[in-house]
Amino acid sequence: MATQSADFQTLSRRYTADKGFRAFIQKGMSGYYKKRDLNKANFQDWQGARDLAAEIKYEAINHLDKYLLEFEAKITARGAKVFWAQNAESARDYILKVAEENNVRSIIKSKTMTSEEIHLNDALEKRGFGVFESDLGEYIVQLRKEPPFHLVFPAMHLTRGQISDLFQKELGSEPTDEPEKLTMIARAVMRRKYCEADMGISGTNFAVAETGMISITENEGNARLTTSLPKIHVALLGIEKVLPKLEDLSLFLPMLATAGAGQTMTCYNTMYAGPRQPGEPDGPEQLHIVLLDNRRTELLADAEQRDSLGCIRCGACLNVCPIFKNVGGYSYGTTYGGPIGSVITPHLRGLKNWKHLSAASSLCGACTEACPVKIDLHHHLLQNRRNGAKSSPNPLEKVSFGGFSLLMGHPALYRLASGLGRIFQPLQGLVNGTILDPLRAWTGSRKFPTLAPQSFQEQWKKDRGGKK
Amino acid sequence: MRISLFIPCFVDQLYPNVAWSCVRVLENLGHEVLFPESQSCCGQPPFNSGYWDESRSAARVTMKAFKDADVVVGPSGSCVTMIKVFYPDLFKGEPDELEARELAAKTHEFSSFLVNVLGVTDVGAKFDGKVTFHDGCHGLRELGIKSEPRALLANVKGLELIEMCEAETCCGFGGTFAVKYAPISTAMDEVKCASILETGADTVVSNDSSCLMQIRGMLEKEKSTVRSLHLAEILASK
Amino acid sequence: MTGGRAIILGRIREALRNNPAPRPHTSHSQSEAAADHNGHAQREWLPKVGETLPERIDLFAKISEGLTTEFHRVPTMSAARDLLTKLAAESGWKKIGSHSHHDVDALLEGVELPIVRTEKGYAIDNLESCDAGITGCDVLVAQTGGIMVSVESAGGRALSVLPPHHVVIARTSQMVPDLTAAFEHVKQKYGKQFPSFLSFITGPSRTGDIERILVLGAHGPKRLTVILLDS
Ligand code: SF4
Repeated sequence: MATQSADFQTLSRRYTADKGFRAFIQKGMSGYYKKRDLNKANFQDWQGARDLAAEIKYEAINHLDKYLLEFEAKITARGAKVFWAQNAESARDYILKVAEENNVRSIIKSKTMTSEEIHLNDALEKRGFGVFESDLGEYIVQLRKEPPFHLVFPAMHLTRGQISDLFQKELGSEPTDEPEKLTMIARAVMRRKYCEADMGISGTNFAVAETGMISITENEGNARLTTSLPKIHVALLGIEKVLPKLEDLSLFLPMLATAGAGQTMTCYNTMYAGPRQPGEPDGPEQLHIVLLDNRRTELLADAEQRDSLGCIRCGACLNVCPIFKNVGGYSYGTTYGGPIGSVITPHLRGLKNWKHLSAASSLCGACTEACPVKIDLHHHLLQNRRNGAKSSPNPLEKVSFGGFSLLMGHPALYRLASGLGRIFQPLQGLVNGTILDPLRAWTGSRKFPTLAPQSFQEQWKKDRGGKK
Repeated sequence: MRISLFIPCFVDQLYPNVAWSCVRVLENLGHEVLFPESQSCCGQPPFNSGYWDESRSAARVTMKAFKDADVVVGPSGSCVTMIKVFYPDLFKGEPDELEARELAAKTHEFSSFLVNVLGVTDVGAKFDGKVTFHDGCHGLRELGIKSEPRALLANVKGLELIEMCEAETCCGFGGTFAVKYAPISTAMDEVKCASILETGADTVVSNDSSCLMQIRGMLEKEKSTVRSLHLAEILASK
Repeated sequence: MTGGRAIILGRIREALRNNPAPRPHTSHSQSEAAADHNGHAQREWLPKVGETLPERIDLFAKISEGLTTEFHRVPTMSAARDLLTKLAAESGWKKIGSHSHHDVDALLEGVELPIVRTEKGYAIDNLESCDAGITGCDVLVAQTGGIMVSVESAGGRALSVLPPHHVVIARTSQMVPDLTAAFEHVKQKYGKQFPSFLSFITGPSRTGDIERILVLGAHGPKRLTVILLDS
C-alpha cells in the first residue's frame, strides 16, 4: 500500500475517533449554511447563475491559449512582467531571483493556496527572507508551523483558547478568550510588517483577458495592504484562472462570496491592471505575474475531467462534504483538500499514490450540488477509480470482482451461493466483531443484517408458482 | 400496466418483505406485477470500485432479464441510479450501448414511479406513528427524487412526518466504502442517527434499503427502539 | 525572462487539440458560446434590483445595515459638513488623510485638523497614523451595497484601507444598479487607460478566522461611513 494511502487511513481514523473535534468543525459550519442559503435565495435563480458560470468557464478553459495570450499582452502593455512557470521549482526560482535582485529583506503575503502548492515559504525562508502571512487564519497556522486546514478557513480547527495560548507563547501577549482581542493583537503586529515589507506576494482569484487585470477577493484588507505598500508585488496565478470579459466578474464575484462564505460580496474585490502607473500616488513599482502550470495541463488533457480546472477555490464542496467534516483537512495530506482535492490531486501529483482519496467517498454528490461552477465532482471520483483500477489494479479486488462477475453473470451460480450463505451465516455469529470475523470492518461498529430464511426469489417461486 | 420488478440482490437476500410490499402496493392499484427470475445484481459494486469490465458482465444479465419488460420498477434509488444514470456511461461505445439506454429509459425508482408515472399519491395506506424520512443520496441527487416520497407519506393515515435536520446528509454507506473506510463510514452513520433520534420519531423511513441497512446497523448496535422501514413497507400497511 | 512560455502554450494546445470536453449539463438554455454573451446575461440570475433611484437607494441602505456600513443621506453639502464635523468630534480625530477631489475638497472645507494628502505621494507611517481616510468613489452599487473606488476617485490604493475609519462621499447620481453597470461605467470613463487599481468595498474590513465569529477591523478600517449627497 502506498504510504499516502496508509497515512490517510491512520489520520482519518484518528480524527473520526475524536467526537469533540468533529462537533467543533460541524458547529463552525452551521453559521455558514444559514448565511449561504439566505444569499442564494436572494439570487433570482441560483441554478441559472451556476449554468452561466459553468458555460463561461467552459469557454475560457477550452480556449485557454487564446485568453492567456490576450491577458499577457494587455497586462504587459501596462508594465507588468509575466513569467510562465512550468513547475513549482521554476516558479520558486523566479520569485527568489526577483527578491535577490531587488535586495528585498522583508516579505508580506496575503492568502494564496498556490504558494502552498509550490512550497514557497520554505524556499524563501531557507534563503534568509523573513516571510509573514498577513491573513489572520494563515498567520495563526504559520505560527503553529502548520499548513492551512481548509481552502478558505485556514484555522477553523483551532479554538480561541489554543490561539490565545499560541499568541502568548509566540508574541508575548496577554491571554484572552475574546476573538476580537485576538484579532487586534494580530492586527497590531501586522501593521508594522506592511509598513516595513518591500515585497508583497498574493494569489489571484481571477484574471481578465479583455482588460489585462487580476482580481483578488478578500475580507480582511490584508491583500489590499500587501499590494499597496511594498515596492514589489508578485502575484501567483494558476493558468486556469483566466476569464474572457471584465463583466464576467459581475457574476463570479457574488457567486464566490455566496458559495465560499455565505456573503453577498466579500469585503474587498480588487482589480489590478499593472503596477503603479505614471501619475499615481502609490502602489508597487513592479508587478510580477507568475503564471503556473505545474501539471494543470495534464488535467486539461483529460477531456472528461477538464471542467475541474474551472474551480474557483470557493471551498463550498468542502463545507458540505460529510467526509471532510468528519476527517478534517489534515487527513488528506494534500494542498487542496476535500472533494476538489480528491479529484485533482491524482492529476497534479500522480494517480498511483493519490487514487485512494477517490475511493474514500460515499459518492453522495453533495459536493457537485454545492459547486457554483458545476464541476461534476463525484462522477470524477468514479472516473479516477476506474482509471486507477485500469492502470494499477489492486490484486485482491481484481480477484474478488472477477469472482463477483462470474457469480452475478450466471444467475444459477448466484442462487447456489446465496443458499450457501444461509448455511454459513450462523457461523459468523460465533466470531462477530472479533479479529476472525471476515465482516469485522462492518461489525466493529454496526450490526450486520441477517439473511432472510428464504430469498424473495425463492418465496416468489413458491407463492406464484413460477409465473413469469 | 405490466410492471417488471427489479429487486436488487441484497433486497432479495435480506429484505424480501420490501419486495413483497412493492408487489402488494402495485397489485392493489390494479397492475400486473412480473418478476423476471434470471435477474441477479445490477453490477454496482465493481462499477463503484472502478472495475468496469467486471461490472458489465453482471449488468448484461440484468439487461437480458428486462429486455422484454414494458416498464421496470425497483425499490432502491441507488440500484435504479446504476441502471438509469450509469449504464449509459458504462456501455458507452460498447455494442450493447443502445440496449443499455433503452433499459435506462424504462426503469424507475418505486416512489417516483407511483407519483410521476402512475400519478398516484394516495395508496390507501394506514400507519400509526411518528416517522422521519431519510433521502438516499442517489435517489436525491442523481434521480432528483425529493417530493415524491413525502407526497406519498402525507396521505398515509395516522402517520406524522417529522423532518430531521440532516435529511439530505449521506448516511455513510457508499457500498464498499462502508468497509474500506469503516471509521469514516461509521462517523457519518453517527451523525445521521443522532439527527434521526433528535426528531423523536419512532420510525425512520427511506426509499433505499442500502441506507437503511447502514442506519439500522447502528441503531441496533446502540439498542435504540427506533424502527427502520422501507417506504414500500409503510405504503403496504393497512 | 519569460520562462516556459512556449512549452506551456504547446502543452495547452496539445491538450485541447481534437479532444473536446463534454459541454456542461445545464438546465437552462444558455447562449451557445458564453464568449459571445453580451456581458448582461447574468442580470437574469443575480439578485433583483429596483428600477427607480429611490428603490436603489433603499436597497443600498438595507444592505449597508447588514454590513454595518454607516449610511447617511444628506440634502446639501453643508449638511454633509455638519455630519463630518460631528464624526470628527465624537471619534476624537487628530489627523486625517484625504486627496484632491471635487467633493472631498468641498466636504473638508473649514476642517481645522492636520490633513495628509496622498495625491503627490506620502510617507507610509504618516498615513498609517491618521484617524480617518476621506475619499470619493466611482460609483455605489445598489445590488451589493458596494462602493467602487479607483486610484483617481480614492487618492491611490492605501488611503481607503490604511486608516481605521474610511469615510466616502458620493452623490445620488453615482448610484448604479449592479456590478455589471459598475464595470460599464469604468469602461466608459477610462476607455483603455484603466487606473492600475479598482476595488469594490463592501462593508468595513472583517474576519471570521477565529471560530467563525465575526470581528470587524481585521486589517482594514473598522468603520466605514458613506455620505450620500442629493445631486
Ligand atoms: S470544486 Fe467547486 S465547490 Fe469545490 S472549491 Fe472548486 S469551485 Fe468551489
